[in-house]
Amino acid sequence: MSVLTIPEKSLVVLVGASGSGKSTFAAKHFLPTEVVSSDVCRGLVSDDTNDQAATPDAFEVVHAIASARLRQHRLTVIDATNVQKSARQPLIQLARKHHVLPVAIVLDVPAKVCHARNENRPDRQFGSHVVAHQRAQLRKSLRRLKKEGFRRVHVLDSAQAIEDATFERQKLWNDRKDDHGPFDVIGDVHGCASELVTLLTRLGYERSGEGYVHPHGRRVIFVGDLVDRGPDSPGVLAVAMAMVASGQALCVMGNHEAKLLKKLAGKKVKLTHGLAETWAQLEVAREARGDAFLDQVRAFLDARISHYVLDDGKLVVAHAGLAEHLQGRASGRVRSFALYGETTGETDEFGFPVRHDWARDYRGKAVVVYGHTPVPDAEWVNDTICIDTGCVFGGALTALRWPERELVSVPAEREHYAPRKPLVPEAQLRPAGVLDVDDVIGKRHVQTRLARTVTVREENGAAALEVMSRFAVDPRWLIHLPPTMAPVATSARDGFLEHPAEAFDYFRSHGVSRVICEEKHMGSRAVLVVCRDADAARARFGVTDGKRGVVVSRTGRAFFADDTTEAEVLERVAQAVGAAGLWEELGSDWVCLDAELMPWSAKAMALLRSQYAPVAAASRLGLSAATDALARCEHADARALLERFQERLTHTERYTEAYRRYCWPVASTDDLKLAPFHLLASEGAVHTDRDHGWHMATLARLAEHDSLLMATTHRVVDVGDPSSVDDTTEWWLSMVEAGGEGMVVKPFEWLAHGEHGVIQPALKVRGPEYLRIIYGPEYSATLARLRDRRLGTKRKLAVRELALGLEALHRFVEKEPLYRVHECVFGVLALESEPVDPRL
Amino acid sequence: MLLTLTTTATDRGPATDLGYLLGKNPSRVQSFELPSGKAHVFYPEATAERCTAALLLDLDPLDLVRSARKRGASQGLLTHYVNDRPYVASSFLSVAISRVLRSALSGSCRERPALAEAELPLEVTVAALPARGGEGFVRALFEPLGYEVEVATEPLDPTFAEWGESRYVTLTLRANTRLSALLTHLYVLVPVLDDDKHYWVGREEIDKLLEKGGEWLKGHPEREAITRRYLKRQRGLTREALSRLTEGEDEDPEKEHAEARMEGPIKLSTQRMAAVVAAVLEGGAKRVADVGCGEGRLLRALLKEPSIEKVLGMDVSVRALERAAQRLRLNEMHERKRARVELMQGSMTYRDRRLQGYDAICAIEVVEHLEPSRLEAFARAIFETAAPPLVVVTTPNVEHNVRFESLPAGRLRHHDHRFEWTRAEFRAWAAELAERFGYEVRHLPVGTDDPEVGPPTQMAVFERKEGPR
Repeated sequence: MSVLTIPEKSLVVLVGASGSGKSTFAAKHFLPTEVVSSDVCRGLVSDDTNDQAATPDAFEVVHAIASARLRQHRLTVIDATNVQKSARQPLIQLARKHHVLPVAIVLDVPAKVCHARNENRPDRQFGSHVVAHQRAQLRKSLRRLKKEGFRRVHVLDSAQAIEDATFERQKLWNDRKDDHGPFDVIGDVHGCASELVTLLTRLGYERSGEGYVHPHGRRVIFVGDLVDRGPDSPGVLAVAMAMVASGQALCVMGNHEAKLLKKLAGKKVKLTHGLAETWAQLEVAREARGDAFLDQVRAFLDARISHYVLDDGKLVVAHAGLAEHLQGRASGRVRSFALYGETTGETDEFGFPVRHDWARDYRGKAVVVYGHTPVPDAEWVNDTICIDTGCVFGGALTALRWPERELVSVPAEREHYAPRKPLVPEAQLRPAGVLDVDDVIGKRHVQTRLARTVTVREENGAAALEVMSRFAVDPRWLIHLPPTMAPVATSARDGFLEHPAEAFDYFRSHGVSRVICEEKHMGSRAVLVVCRDADAARARFGVTDGKRGVVVSRTGRAFFADDTTEAEVLERVAQAVGAAGLWEELGSDWVCLDAELMPWSAKAMALLRSQYAPVAAASRLGLSAATDALARCEHADARALLERFQERLTHTERYTEAYRRYCWPVASTDDLKLAPFHLLASEGAVHTDRDHGWHMATLARLAEHDSLLMATTHRVVDVGDPSSVDDTTEWWLSMVEAGGEGMVVKPFEWLAHGEHGVIQPALKVRGPEYLRIIYGPEYSATLARLRDRRLGTKRKLAVRELALGLEALHRFVEKEPLYRVHECVFGVLALESEPVDPRL
Repeated sequence: MLLTLTTTATDRGPATDLGYLLGKNPSRVQSFELPSGKAHVFYPEATAERCTAALLLDLDPLDLVRSARKRGASQGLLTHYVNDRPYVASSFLSVAISRVLRSALSGSCRERPALAEAELPLEVTVAALPARGGEGFVRALFEPLGYEVEVATEPLDPTFAEWGESRYVTLTLRANTRLSALLTHLYVLVPVLDDDKHYWVGREEIDKLLEKGGEWLKGHPEREAITRRYLKRQRGLTREALSRLTEGEDEDPEKEHAEARMEGPIKLSTQRMAAVVAAVLEGGAKRVADVGCGEGRLLRALLKEPSIEKVLGMDVSVRALERAAQRLRLNEMHERKRARVELMQGSMTYRDRRLQGYDAICAIEVVEHLEPSRLEAFARAIFETAAPPLVVVTTPNVEHNVRFESLPAGRLRHHDHRFEWTRAEFRAWAAELAERFGYEVRHLPVGTDDPEVGPPTQMAVFERKEGPR
């Protein structure tokens, strides 16, 4: 009984004549979905599994399915005769293209058995010469299979062998997803043994024999290039070998190891790039440690593989990095990428290979930690980080602590080797601020921590692309866009379309006992990102325009038409944050505020001029002319008309007063009012874990330091306490009677969950006078006809946009790459193009 | 929303004869159903000496919006819940005149046929008339028709004097004229002043205009503006109406002059297309992408060149691409030609691999529509990611703006332009990009190269240097 070992992710090619029992064999050992059968595909394209005329089309389908499965990294079995080289060749190409290993399994069954089986099948009456011919081709192929490129070949040469065979699927060596660390990934050591010991000690490792052990079970991963250029490559090798042997470390192959290995194997290698020094040191070491040492080194290097995939696929370590489509795979290409990076074969003015910018294009799920290219500082670029900080060139030896993502560095004791080219900051090499259109277009599913997946439709994305491209500010500043807000359920009360009672009912019915009611200011929504200074902005946001923040509208446009006003507002807010002591309290150099900026006319002047004021002027002219004429008519029927038109005139006059309240001239920032109501985020934190009481109190402190800022009046209400509810209702009535916009009711805790996930984070309760601006000047006369309004879409949107907006902040705070933040913000903008009743 | 019509006693009879002319009894208040509301006719004054009839529109504001939305309108005043339509004199007033005062409009009067033919002392006041074009245009419309015109303007909001005047006026016209002529003039010219109509305007609207406009429109100095606005500025309809209106007339030399004036800017854009196509051909490009293609003028010019195998039009606006597809007549195009064109939505502030593999990328009058802070993203998308052998960029030369008489000093040529560059600024920008991304750049003028202020359009042609980048 033979056990056939195959790599867990591979392309298994069955080879055997018709009637050799391939399909039966495949069905016995593989999932039906793993098997791609040429007969089945013939049937798919021609309705006849034996139609030989359909063979070319059928194989097109076979290859297409196999290709898609391999892209998905799934084991795939090709069930076809495959007795000819020409049939096998494209399959080997396919395996290579997808970086999986091709495996051949030959079912070598005597012709008469095949023929007997075919005889019993009415659909296979093609005569014994066919099988005989196929057998001949198969015999001829047997010796060649390895040479053709199959990495493993299993030949089952009898019916019994076929019957007895069992499979064992082996994990790839690079697959260490089950290993969860914690790890300390160490950059290129290049023979700097002393610095390595210092770093290990700093990381908390303790000496144990030749190696080191961490008391809390942490383990080291070396990114390769242990040797060459530095003063003591054998010493570094000794530490690494001891730690790998005792399970305290993993080590991937670096290009310098690869070269050393060749030298040790006796191949001809140029003693350049520091290999000469290593070779000399090894000679000395051999004398000290004995001949066996070199054999141990050779065995150690020989066992190094190109990369590891660790911690549930969240971490990839490869010497020169690894593009996503190569991770966890095996091929010559994977190895060359992992060892040498994505080179073009061209060299730059210093004679070094020109590299493609795989890191800048990186959109993978795993974090990739690598070395190879010395950089002055380890910097994150799209979830990749190069931790080769050029120790041997006098830089530092750096480790990344995983999963903490903290960097730990020790400086080089001296410049051990003169660099041939100056170190260039990673950011300059690879600006991560470049966004790809593929990051935003098409139908998108954005994973958020609040509402799981938010789907954004393609046409909404198309609309957002235009707005984002033509009007939005630099995407590096756009770390949040605010969600839309739904109104309360429609009130049935006389004279009211909206009333606080329904807001309290909503939260009560969703199990929220305490809510906060905040005065709703009537201005324009503004999101502010404010940094302590321009340096902080450059460091945290990667911007180079000298700005210290932005004020953007709810669609991501610059709030102010001129940079001077924006700069002045930001300056004043930053001063207030400083005076309130918040930079220190929050431990942050930046804050993100959600606010209302007044007057309305500051932002909405165009709208006022083109729509709101003209309606007032027209109604004033039209209706007063009508009432004048009607008043002069003595007929009794004219009286009734006159009364109605006088009422209409009153409505439109009240409409005019309603918008006038929100307009005043702005000559300088002294005429502006900024009412922040959410302190959304600061370094390391999205403040949705704080209740609204904290937000109100903290933001009120800003108002103490600058008259530009104003605190928002608010009340905390126990929805189960009638007197508390009544008091607040009275408060609301007094505000709206004076023409106020109304209030916003929110759960006291920032986020509240109901049976079906997150509930509305806020409901607006707008006053009757204000609603004239929304529903039309005379809406109150037709209230009954307006009560039928659909809130479902708006509410769903509010939650989806909230999920995206907060996700953007979380991702920014967690220092995820720009495209990951942008994807969420873009999603908010896209959802805003959903058609919804504009009055809600 | 209110039209009042006053007359005084003449030797033909008392002023109250107006009731016969209108077919509405001066002693009553009458109401009529209209779509989206009612119209009332009543008489504020009805004595033998002086009689005033009023036609009052009583439109339901909510119903106006709801029916417009139901019709599927996505744009226009009526899709807003806050709109002026219930209060103004607009095409709704014309509809009311034609329905409620039908016989008076047509000039027939059962009881006093002679009166309908007579010229009477008439005064009409239209309240809240939206006058796009201001008082001057109001006078230009009515004075040639023999009216004494009085226009009272209204501020946008008296509490904010700085907001200026509204476009609403109260118009009073006086003349000795036939009532039907007066009503016809109002029927046509009220919507013309408003420059809008609440209903779909199609070919039958031309018949209506010619029937109502008839003789007086033919001789009206503003007939082109009237026709254009009456037909909601639809070019095809306007052309047809004007040619039917002026059938048999000699070509007006004045008109040709107007066309030449119109052609000024068209000529420049034609020159620009020619210059770009020449640069593309000279560079030997076979696959050309036009980023920010808009409605596809350059695409059309490129498709005419047989040596160009593939043309990609990219724009960030889906609507612009739809219009480009219409203008290019993609649906009717021969398959072979069709295969040479591709349109796709894309943005130049995002890196886009679909732009790779082209021989030339043209960005014609595009950069000035980008925020300065996004120019870097544009540069990288074009010169770094796509990196074609040839890049052609054109942009206005702001120095030349002083030569445009109609352009106020300091104003940019288009409201969406975020900036306009001097020649030096453009050259500096281009030189930096060329240096950074490995291109040679040369600059060419488009349009008349003014010795002092340079050409109206400036063009940079970037050629990628050979060898590895």
